[in-house]
Amino acid sequence: MATKPPETFLSRTWDYITDTQIWRSIFRHGMPSNSRNRALAVMSNVFLHLHPVKIRKSGVRLKFTWCMGGLTFFLFLVETFTGLLLMFYYRPTVAYAYMDIIDLAEQVPLGIMREIHRWGAHAMVITVWLHMFRVFMTGSYKPPREFNWNVGVILLVLTLLLSFTGYLLPWDQLAIWAITVGSNMARATPLLGHEGPGAQLLALGDVKMVHAGSDARFALLGGRFVGEGALLRFYVLHCVGIPLVAGILMAVHFWRVRKDGGISGPM
Amino acid sequence: MADEKDSAQPQVQGTPPAAPPQPVPAAAPKPDVSRRAFVWSLPVGWAAFSAACASSLIATGRFLFPNVLFEPPQAFKAGFPSEFNVGEVDVRFKDAFGVWIVREGEGFYALIAVCTHLGCSPNWLSAENKFKCPCHGSGFYRTGINFEGPAPRPLERARIVLADDGQILVDKSVKFQQEKGEWTNPEAFLKA
Repeated sequence: MATKPPETFLSRTWDYITDTQIWRSIFRHGMPSNSRNRALAVMSNVFLHLHPVKIRKSGVRLKFTWCMGGLTFFLFLVETFTGLLLMFYYRPTVAYAYMDIIDLAEQVPLGIMREIHRWGAHAMVITVWLHMFRVFMTGSYKPPREFNWNVGVILLVLTLLLSFTGYLLPWDQLAIWAITVGSNMARATPLLGHEGPGAQLLALGDVKMVHAGSDARFALLGGRFVGEGALLRFYVLHCVGIPLVAGILMAVHFWRVRKDGGISGPM
Repeated sequence: MADEKDSAQPQVQGTPPAAPPQPVPAAAPKPDVSRRAFVWSLPVGWAAFSAACASSLIATGRFLFPNVLFEPPQAFKAGFPSEFNVGEVDVRFKDAFGVWIVREGEGFYALIAVCTHLGCSPNWLSAENKFKCPCHGSGFYRTGINFEGPAPRPLERARIVLADDGQILVDKSVKFQQEKGEWTNPEAFLKA
């Protein structure tokens, strides 16, 4: 004989809240107290539905996954949030950039915000490499997961590019010369770099199509050297361009984990 | 089946039925687009669409290359030859134009202040009589020849000539590399 729990003030209030139209318009299923409702809770939520409804027991074992993918995503969220706050104070111009970074540490309340962003960036590069290492060591790149491995490789490159573009923004000597050295690699781009192989082929008679003022490095820097144009371009890429692409690819990445059969089991 | 369809028509009870409109034999409506025109429109349409996409892509790429640069010009006038002291490396034009002008007994040459290792700006150390790069320690003699550190080749020289008004004209867009034997070019060295 089923006994009904006694009605209390709390249970009556709870029943009232969960019976309102507002509540029922948000949650279109009962409490997740049985497997059907638990599945519905995941499937009817746009964010959770990227994740599998059910995962293997090994999938939550820390020794198996290291939680490195999850930590990388968490750090991406930390970087997005702290980066957004930094954008309220930082102006990406040659006249202001360096002093704004100093002010962020010395004048702005909670001056540690920029350090959180910087350390979070370092940590994200480390976790994304460890995630890749784990996926490799557990053989999780094998079919049917080879497509997702490639998405992951692109995300790795985007993470490194986020670090690279963020490197320039403090606009100190280290930043300027590091980006000078780094972007000089683009000179050697095949066909598109003016010192790269094949660039000489792209010429109309004596007129070179690819020169220092028209090659890949120039497009990246918006000029012949690391100056005002480079600072603004790197800022836009760092704050909008790359995070946008990375966010879309992350959605694909997580969704493909589900579609490819969840987190791979131990071998 | 036809009976059912007919009976489904609403019937107004009690009034004499008006003369039903004679069904016009259904002539096939003349299509707005003929079959021939439609088939021809496919490649034309796709070609136009592809051209629009391609030109948008090219225009977007072109957008990345500004027409006006707020950078110092590649060529500049460095004053009259008499303003330079024999045996000195002139550093006045390094910050603005990235060029050292060296006055030797026989004439002038312009060294481009970009390290041939990874592109940093070396400094002229007059006490040690050498150019030294702060990034990775490459060293160059006053001629521009590399002798220490990771730099793989000598500094590049820029075109240096006399302008019509008698001033020295340096043009960085024309470069001369020692390892290609280009320093013997008459425009790489301005005879005094």
